[in-house]
Amino acid sequence: MALTFPRRAGRRRRLRRFTRRDAVVLGVLLGIPILLDLAIVWGPTLASIGLSFTAWDGIGDIHWVGLDNYRNLADNYPPFWPAVRHNVMWLLFLGLIATPFGLFLAVLIDRGVRFSRFYQSVIYLPVVLSLAIVGFIAQLILGTDQGVINTILNNHDDPIDWLGDSHLNLWMIMIAAGWRHVGYVMILYLAGLKSVDPALKEAAAIDGANERQTFFRVVFPTLRPVNVIVGVITVIEALRAFDIVYAVNKGRNGLELLSVLITDNIIGEASRIGFGSAIAVVLLVVSLGFIVTFLVQELRGARER
Amino acid sequence: MTADIRTTAPVPRTAPDPAPPVKSRRRRGRWGVHIFLTAVSLAFLAPLLLAVYASLRPYEDTAQHGYLSWPKHLSFDYYRRAYTESGMGKYFTNTLMIAVPAVVVTLFLAAFVAFAVSRLRLRGGIVLLMFFTAGNLLPQQVIVTPLYVLFNKIPLPWWMSDSLTMYDSYWAVIIVNIGFQVGFCVFVLANFMRTLPQEILEAAIVDGAGVWTQFWRITLPLCRPALAALATLEFTWIYNDFLWALIFISNPDKLPITSSLNNLRGQFFTDYNLLAAGSVLVALPTILVFLLLQRHFIAGLTLGSTKG
Repeated sequence: MALTFPRRAGRRRRLRRFTRRDAVVLGVLLGIPILLDLAIVWGPTLASIGLSFTAWDGIGDIHWVGLDNYRNLADNYPPFWPAVRHNVMWLLFLGLIATPFGLFLAVLIDRGVRFSRFYQSVIYLPVVLSLAIVGFIAQLILGTDQGVINTILNNHDDPIDWLGDSHLNLWMIMIAAGWRHVGYVMILYLAGLKSVDPALKEAAAIDGANERQTFFRVVFPTLRPVNVIVGVITVIEALRAFDIVYAVNKGRNGLELLSVLITDNIIGEASRIGFGSAIAVVLLVVSLGFIVTFLVQELRGARER
Repeated sequence: MTADIRTTAPVPRTAPDPAPPVKSRRRRGRWGVHIFLTAVSLAFLAPLLLAVYASLRPYEDTAQHGYLSWPKHLSFDYYRRAYTESGMGKYFTNTLMIAVPAVVVTLFLAAFVAFAVSRLRLRGGIVLLMFFTAGNLLPQQVIVTPLYVLFNKIPLPWWMSDSLTMYDSYWAVIIVNIGFQVGFCVFVLANFMRTLPQEILEAAIVDGAGVWTQFWRITLPLCRPALAALATLEFTWIYNDFLWALIFISNPDKLPITSSLNNLRGQFFTDYNLLAAGSVLVALPTILVFLLLQRHFIAGLTLGSTKG
């Protein structure tokens, strides 16, 4: 990385801009995080891609098997396609219901109603809970025998198995995950709305726009950076979802997710590391699609600045 | 939650009267907003209150009458039991040993990268920003296997890790947390620093301040709101983390607090009220941190400035 600016300033300019001590500070304090990120994130990512073309049990030799893992994944690994479907449903649920609802709450609270701090804290509260606890609370509410919902429905003879029935449990877990997601989205949008220039809204009001028009035509477009971030976070949360299903039933019986399959294959008894890596690469390719979109947006935003 | 949207969402928008005076219409809108927000808040709070309520009641009571019934007997007995039976004190110390260094180092490293990227106008700054941000967005499972193998191969002296490898030591979890979280913090801090006036730095440069002084003495104190917000977020995330410890730590005595709840699950029988008390205890520190720091929270989370 070159430390000069502007580009054609030459050697004398560089000396004036950064003393030797400055260069050392920059080198060390930029070098450590860069090396760390390479070692912890980017290196292992590349290694995962490499491993996905091999067969390995973690101890013995590594055999190159080409695309076999991917072929097996698509053709004879029964949990794969359900897991893909569940991840997609998770994404749609967060993206189409939880995220818009979080935005809606942020807009309401940002209008400066009284007690806004109270509403804001309560709605954000679930976000600070670990997903393991959220999963447990879901069990309290949705339990078969003593759960709250079944008590209210008073169906002792034929209780609904909310978390065990493979047609129902994914929905219940998605609602529980949405409970946290809404608060997270709300806080991000509140932060964004606070930085919108009030003069914009006044100008729109003077021009005769009503509240809804002002929001959708004026405020929402200026929130673009936040929109992009919220979009990316929604996608990533949907792809990463793991803890909550793992806490409920280790991700079986209707709650299969790609992240669970990876963990099962890698740290499970079978230890099929090559195969697990192939699932990880599938997840990686999908997330990279969204990450690249995000980066392009950021780059465009940075150019405008 | 979904039901809420459908049943109560239209409330604030109701303005059926053909031409009511602006003031009263606005007041009625206000009431609608309050009713709606209160309903949502209650719906959001209910599951938590339920967990607290369950934890105060003996198992026989709830087993017989269900969780939604009038209490016969309330006590804090389960909290004492949950604390002693799960060995929570020890696990809480474990979590702090991971979370505190991880948060401090992450914020320090991220602050400097953000400073270099947003204030020093380095060439390649944008590339650096993307390098870090994109790294944070990868799913954890993608990087788990190679790290597991790598940590098993790195030897550590006995005074750093009693397993003699990076695997099964706090170092592994701390380093992974730092490496993974730096990206997000760089992103938030760089956006925040861009909103600070450049003149302050220019004045410092004229006075002969070096890069370190510009960073530590001048920029960092101005970033306090953002640092507070990030410290809250990062502490919560690392405190709640489940996956890294599950994979990189094998000695049960070293596990963090999130896994201690499993000790409260019996092999054949689980007392859910005891588990509820345990969950409330585990959740308490993050709730307290949030309530204490929430004043700075929104102010600090400048994710992208839309002004100027």
